[in-house]
Amino acid sequence: MTTLSLDHVSRWFGNVVAVNDITMTIGPGVTGLLGPNGAGKSTLINMMGGFLAPSTGSVTLDGRQVWRNEAIYKHIGIVPEREAMYDFLTGREFVVANAELHGLGAKAAQKALATVEMEYAQDRKIATYSKGMRQRVKMASALVHDPSLLLLDEPFNGMDPRQRMQLMDLLRRMGDEGRTVLFSSHILEEVEQLAWHIEVVVAGRHAASGDFRRIRRLMTDRPHRYLVRSSDDRALAAALIADPSTSGIEVDLAEGALRIQAVDFGRFTALLPRVARDHGIRLLTVSPSDESLESVFSYLVAA
Amino acid sequence: MYDPTVARLTYRALLGRRRALILGALPLLLIGISLVVRALAGADDQTASDLLGGLALATMVPIIGVIAGTGAIGPEIDDGSVVYLLSKPLKRPTIIFTKLIVAIAVTMVFSALPTLIAGFILNGNGQQIAVAYTVAALVSSIAYAALFLLLGTVSRHAVVFGLVYALVWEALFGSLVPGARTLSVQQWSLAVADKVAGGDMISSDVGLTTATVLLIAVTVLATWYAGQKLRALTLAGEE
Repeated sequence: MTTLSLDHVSRWFGNVVAVNDITMTIGPGVTGLLGPNGAGKSTLINMMGGFLAPSTGSVTLDGRQVWRNEAIYKHIGIVPEREAMYDFLTGREFVVANAELHGLGAKAAQKALATVEMEYAQDRKIATYSKGMRQRVKMASALVHDPSLLLLDEPFNGMDPRQRMQLMDLLRRMGDEGRTVLFSSHILEEVEQLAWHIEVVVAGRHAASGDFRRIRRLMTDRPHRYLVRSSDDRALAAALIADPSTSGIEVDLAEGALRIQAVDFGRFTALLPRVARDHGIRLLTVSPSDESLESVFSYLVAA
Repeated sequence: MYDPTVARLTYRALLGRRRALILGALPLLLIGISLVVRALAGADDQTASDLLGGLALATMVPIIGVIAGTGAIGPEIDDGSVVYLLSKPLKRPTIIFTKLIVAIAVTMVFSALPTLIAGFILNGNGQQIAVAYTVAALVSSIAYAALFLLLGTVSRHAVVFGLVYALVWEALFGSLVPGARTLSVQQWSLAVADKVAGGDMISSDVGLTTATVLLIAVTVLATWYAGQKLRALTLAGEE
């Protein structure tokens, strides 16, 4: 059982506060660290990994300080976001070097390479690897000493869907084995597929924490705005406004469309096609107009 | 204190890239010039001393030192790959000490060895000149490697600062401002060379005792401080 604890952690760079008074506990299983770009996720992961001192507060792993404590790396595996690795080495040489630095041998390296299914390309230079292959070799180097805590910074960036699925399976397995796995992402769907527990960070602040479904509900239950075009906008508007799932409808003459605010996401999405069918109205366009992650997050912060 | 894996990675990084070409070019230039000088002017002790002092010790050794010293750690810090060393249960001073050994070895091989060869070509080690300058190159390799390794740890512009130090401070100020010579690795190593050669072909502005103390002090302090800087190295930039 490995628990990573952040206790009132803040970090600022000059006048800019990157992380603002965050307290969280990460336990065994897969945890997603979710937040838009620039929210402070990398700063947090760097503090968790001991590569950055908190300006205030403390980061501990099972009660031991992480910052300036080299011995802690016996228990931590890190997959950094940055691409640079020793490109002049082959995948195998790289993982073997990482094993040796942990006082282990080629056997541990071979096992880690097998875990990430990279044996087939292990004798090629890293410089020739695709993004996904690099990611997997990084993963092998982080797993070589069988760590109880795995930190991954944006591990799915630039991966194709197949590579993404493979890595997700691997992380899920790691979590099921009882390791504490934390990965950061700015993509809701990635986190949804992988983590049952999430920590949401927005603008350096800890916005939400807990079970993914509860937070997802919070996110989907917010007022949604839609832009709808149909064969008869006014008739559609009249029929929709009668239902409590909508709170406002505007006829946008310039756009030739309806701007609808829905307060009950689930009910509205079922209502719209039914109402259209019942009234013999054809729906031409239905598009959400505020689905950007930032708006989802800012709603979450306000909630 | 010494980690063979860190050493292997450092050697391969130093000798595998374009750096190896630059490292090899200067020694070849020195040996080439020596061959030409010997062919044209014959064996002459004064010429040998001037060329080894002016080209080898004052220019080549510090430049090789800059390339090897900063190159042993600077690029890894710049591109972030140093994270793979730092995320290991490995004492930071061990990383620095190992990289220092590698930087010293590379600087010695690419500067002291060619100095010896050039010296033998120039006057066949008459008056011990070749050996004396080789010893000076060996000694200054240690101090330069330590200084420039520290520079590579603290600055992203280590190569520029290193070259400015090597060329402006050591070469220019050293010849114009007498006081600056006291604080010059080159002069310290010349004091050692003076002792080896005897005679009056080689002279230094610094006494042997002062030179030895300063050489050791600079090497030890630079290495210690680089270890401290690496312990507190921050990898994350501003987001």
